[in-house]
Amino acid sequence: MDIPYTVQPRPETGLYNAKVGIWLFLASEVMLFGGLFSGYVLLRVGADRWPHGWLNVTLGTANTIILALSAITTLLAWVACKVGHFGKFRFFHACTLLLALSFLGIKSYEYHDKWIHYEIKLNDGTFADGHLVEKSDDFDLANKTGTFTIHGRIVTDENDLYDLRSQKNIQLKEIIVAAADIKSIENYGPWHNTYLALYFTLTGLHALHILGGSIVIGYLWGPGRRMWKTDHQRFTNRIEVSGLFWHFVDLVWIFLFPVLYLT
Amino acid sequence: MSELNNSEPHDASLASESQSHEHPVDFQNYLRRCIYIFISILCAVSLMIWASYLPHEHFSWAVKVTIILAVACCNAFVVAGFLMHLISEKKMIYTVLSFTVFFFAGLLGLTVWAMQDFPAGTTH
Repeated sequence: MDIPYTVQPRPETGLYNAKVGIWLFLASEVMLFGGLFSGYVLLRVGADRWPHGWLNVTLGTANTIILALSAITTLLAWVACKVGHFGKFRFFHACTLLLALSFLGIKSYEYHDKWIHYEIKLNDGTFADGHLVEKSDDFDLANKTGTFTIHGRIVTDENDLYDLRSQKNIQLKEIIVAAADIKSIENYGPWHNTYLALYFTLTGLHALHILGGSIVIGYLWGPGRRMWKTDHQRFTNRIEVSGLFWHFVDLVWIFLFPVLYLT
Repeated sequence: MSELNNSEPHDASLASESQSHEHPVDFQNYLRRCIYIFISILCAVSLMIWASYLPHEHFSWAVKVTIILAVACCNAFVVAGFLMHLISEKKMIYTVLSFTVFFFAGLLGLTVWAMQDFPAGTTH
């Protein structure tokens, strides 16, 4: 059975069906991310204090450039399809795939960095904040045994941990904290505060989109490329549709980067 | 992604490396255009980062956020307009997107409105 309008435009819309479908899907995606962004606005405006400088701007910028470059290579892969140049198509699509994996690699590193970052409230009212270096084998907070070593600093006011942008020359050193001195300890996971909850939710959902897009691009680059010979125009349309999704993912990051890393 | 029309029906048997010279001008034009787009994206990103490091003694976070989001919107226009070819799309897509913009604006607008509309006696 032939599926209608996979190649020829449908008279009512002037578009082939997959293109109408992807735009309707993207419209629903706008509302999905829109809901999360409006949640961000609501929570940020209502917050008493908001962290600044908690994320690595260099890594965020690198990821922005990587995604922008991948959007370009996706477009060039589609143009290569249009002009019938299989070698160029394979090259540019492979570039897109590698760039997508690079993005996910950097994002994983950033997540790990937050995972091993701890804020420790001490019994004397001060705060030790930094990255985990070593946890002694006998470390047990309940029984107050062992030590917890971090590379960071000690502050007297928790507010000093919030605006890192305004502080110059923050000195970090290795600090060994005895379990007996710890009142509470928590890493910078999504449970730490509202900002990190939003950060992990928004970037996590975005990373899932990157992963999904990578799987589709990988399929079209690999086993799906057989359609190049059997139905070239339809294959080109598939590349276009996957490219539109990829550009949307780039579009979301264009707003996520400033909202989370720069402001 | 619609304005690059390949008027000749594609013969699958021609889809090989040896046929790469068929439309060299189109590809080169696109490549040049992509380089311009990439440079404009880099400029926008640089501008956003620069704005975020403006001295907070003279620029409040509200001002900085406004500048940064304005640049981000321009950046998004470049991506949506040129990479997704929204500046030259069919009416059907504009119709779908106009509904999306309406509902998206409503979503954000209602959220902002709700922030000023706490029922009395529910905050502490």
